[in-house]
Amino acid sequence: MAYSNSQLARKRLTGMVRKESLQILRDPSSIAIAFVLPVVMLFLFGYGVSLDAKDVRIGFVIESPDSETSNLYAAFGQSDYFDPRKFRSIQAAEQALLAHQIDGIVWLQSDFSRRLHADLGASIGVIINGVDANQARITEGYIVGAWQTWLTHYTERRGLPMAFLITLDQRIWFNPAVNSRDFLIPGLIAVIMTLIGALLTALVVAREWERGTMEALLVTPIHVYELLLGKLIPYFILGMGGMLMTVAMAIWQFGVPLRGSFLVLMVASALFMLVALAMGLLISIIAKNQFVAGQVAILITFLPAFILSGFIFDINSMPAAVQWITYIVPARYFVAILQTIFLAGNVWTVILPNAATLVLMAFVLLMLVRRKASKRLE
Amino acid sequence: MTDLTSPAILLKGVGKTFSDVHPTHALNDLNLQVERGKVTGLIGPDGAGKTTLMRLAAGLLLPDEGEIYVLDQNMCEVSLTIQSRIGYMPQRFGLYEDLSVQENLNLYADLQGVPPDEYETRYQQLMHMTGLAPFTARLAGRLSGGMKQKLGLACTLISSPELLLLDEPTVGVDPVSRRELWVIVYRLVRERQLSVLLSTAYLDEAERCDDVILLHEGKLLDQQPPAKFSAPMRGRVWQVSAALNKRHLQRQLSLNPGVLDALTEGQQVRVITHDSQTLPETLIKDLPNAHIEAAEPRFEDAFIARLRQYNQKPLRVSTMLSKFEHESHGDAVIQVQNLSCRFGDFIAVNKVSFNVKRGEVFGLLGANGAGKSTTFRMLCGLLPATSGNVRVAGVDLRRAASRARARIGYMAQRFSLYGNLSVLENLNFFASAYGLSGQAKRERITTAIQDFELTTFADTASHTLPLGYKQRLALAAALMHRPDILFLDEPTSGVDPLARREFWWHINALAESGVTVLVTTHFMDEANYCDRLVIMAAGEVLAEDTPENLRARFRKPDGVVASMEEAFIALIEQQHQQAAAV
Repeated sequence: MAYSNSQLARKRLTGMVRKESLQILRDPSSIAIAFVLPVVMLFLFGYGVSLDAKDVRIGFVIESPDSETSNLYAAFGQSDYFDPRKFRSIQAAEQALLAHQIDGIVWLQSDFSRRLHADLGASIGVIINGVDANQARITEGYIVGAWQTWLTHYTERRGLPMAFLITLDQRIWFNPAVNSRDFLIPGLIAVIMTLIGALLTALVVAREWERGTMEALLVTPIHVYELLLGKLIPYFILGMGGMLMTVAMAIWQFGVPLRGSFLVLMVASALFMLVALAMGLLISIIAKNQFVAGQVAILITFLPAFILSGFIFDINSMPAAVQWITYIVPARYFVAILQTIFLAGNVWTVILPNAATLVLMAFVLLMLVRRKASKRLE
Repeated sequence: MTDLTSPAILLKGVGKTFSDVHPTHALNDLNLQVERGKVTGLIGPDGAGKTTLMRLAAGLLLPDEGEIYVLDQNMCEVSLTIQSRIGYMPQRFGLYEDLSVQENLNLYADLQGVPPDEYETRYQQLMHMTGLAPFTARLAGRLSGGMKQKLGLACTLISSPELLLLDEPTVGVDPVSRRELWVIVYRLVRERQLSVLLSTAYLDEAERCDDVILLHEGKLLDQQPPAKFSAPMRGRVWQVSAALNKRHLQRQLSLNPGVLDALTEGQQVRVITHDSQTLPETLIKDLPNAHIEAAEPRFEDAFIARLRQYNQKPLRVSTMLSKFEHESHGDAVIQVQNLSCRFGDFIAVNKVSFNVKRGEVFGLLGANGAGKSTTFRMLCGLLPATSGNVRVAGVDLRRAASRARARIGYMAQRFSLYGNLSVLENLNFFASAYGLSGQAKRERITTAIQDFELTTFADTASHTLPLGYKQRLALAAALMHRPDILFLDEPTSGVDPLARREFWWHINALAESGVTVLVTTHFMDEANYCDRLVIMAAGEVLAEDTPENLRARFRKPDGVVASMEEAFIALIEQQHQQAAAV
């Protein structure tokens, strides 16, 4: 009983997929990269990294305490954002700021209440530790906001006409609580998938070269397509598994809303997975050495996905030259899709062009992989 | 079944050039054919193009010029079809170490498209033949070196190929597994008319082939049955004994202009002359109490004679170490008592004891994994012993390792040289590392370069050196501080037979000048160069004796003294029987 050609091809492919799956199951490092690392990163970014200011330690210098100053102090104290403490003199507060005991100073000079009552335009002095510029800007915004709110309440309380002609009625869409976690975690999915897709595949083909298994594999009648598919399929499944796990954790563990459709999310992820796998395969075929392949994979896939995808750092505020580079980072397009699907919904004007770019990238990369992969040794 | 008249492999004017750094002709206008149903051996020194030829025949490389027909099909056109009809076992066969024996075989069965009904019978047959049947569920990574190699062979045979390509299949494999491997191959040749092309560095394996191809620098030197290689050597091979130290005798003989090669063998010296006209009396005329008789030519003699013309015999005697000549011989410089080493539950070395006398060449013989290297590292003070005592040059290694180390030269298994430094720079570094400077250092380096004939390569980056020269450089580096004890860990592993001989020539010269040499090897024939040796298996010493006595212990039924390899196998079997009896 002999096989037909297509039966033979299917048998070779299933043989490869089975072998690759067994290797994944037995290799603790690939399980760790696919399932442990995402959990660690999610917890790190979900709980550890936050771009919001909370419990900012503010030193209040109150030169002549009275009812107005304690009212203002209490207003800061009630807010989630501040952790105020009192100082007698500006010198003492400055010392505390230098010693990193407080992050900023609100200075109410001795004539604060007098000027306030006389409608002379009461002012507060604000000093903020500007070492962390981002944090400083956020703190400044919060203090100004808190001060404005307090002033409004003050005028209402005194029955005075509103001093402001224009009031800013701010509404923040898609993330009304301005919770940075809701914004970080969808982006993190892109980073994790780059890791599983590119890093893992980059290592596995190189490993075959290193251990000498490739030479034995190449002399079998296996076709290059079957060899590549045999590598792609198991890691595609593994990558999608890691992705599902991260999505589940994002929704149930961290309460990130999913406003778009799950199906669109899956299709876009599958597309990005292909791009990441193709990048990994390409690196692996060229490097033929696990150490080099791992380094290159981190350098040209993981780090750009981290820094240049808009996942943490806003692309529009990058210098023009760097912005140009971000166009060739596939994660950039996927981060845009993810953030849209999670926070805004199925906004096709965003999803479609980004998805189209990913299709193009997958196609080009897979073509390159096919051209570079050869059944010969040179 | 198969047409036996057409060749299994046919090469027509094949050329192959690699152009990575220096363009090198791996193969040059090669015309040859490998016959069907026979075992053809492929031999030649390093860089002869053996592996390139194998890879071309397997379709892993394309020739730059010429045509290759494998099983009557053009390799350049239909390589995939051909690949379904051949089996190829590369030098390092790629077993998946995290897959079990059965899973490895399943994979290759799937890749080769073996039908399920045939698979079951073939699987059973191969498992039985290789003796792997009790281990089908074991991960390949947990198999011994010999078993791995047999599994590799089973994987290449699962498709029942018509042509089998084996690239140095027995390097580093223990003699027992090696013998079993050949039993399988020869049985398949007999039963299924399998055609086999095998490259090998073991000349005894080549001698057993039906046909032998001898390559040198990408060119065909000769192709004929092995017996025809050795036949013209009749009258050129002699066995000499004299009332002289065997090393001294060997040197005297090799300096004789009529001698092509001289090699110690037991207490005698085997001599190959330039031609059959040389009178035996002229060879021994200045030697005391000399006796000479004609010896039966072996394949190895023919190999050496054919290749010697491309490779001058070493003539210089090392002057680096002359200071030890007058020291007394005979007292033990290395004393090992109940030495053990454990890694967790695994006992790598179990209560090993032996003594090495000054000026001796002492061998540690055993297969890979027998515990030779571990013992060695403990002797050099590189690895702490779990228990037992080691005294090197009268110093307890546990107390004063550094004092002992100053007298030790060590050559690691994989020549610890700096690949991108030149020969001179490497020597410079090692000289400085041993604390030499100024005039002394310059003199020592000059001597080393002259003694080991490295002058032409002085400025060559050491990673581009031929393997034999790398080995010499490593030895020169280990001798920089004039040690009186030399440790050599598998110094000839992977080196071709010619370079191996040359290397032993240097070792002999060193021993003659009073250096104590401790050497590990898995080449059984090299045991003959040692004064005494221990045979190790599974971390234990099986025997300690002179090579002659060891071989004499296992006389064959016809009264002929066993070869070192036969003695080794007999010892292992004896031990297994004892273990079974207990």
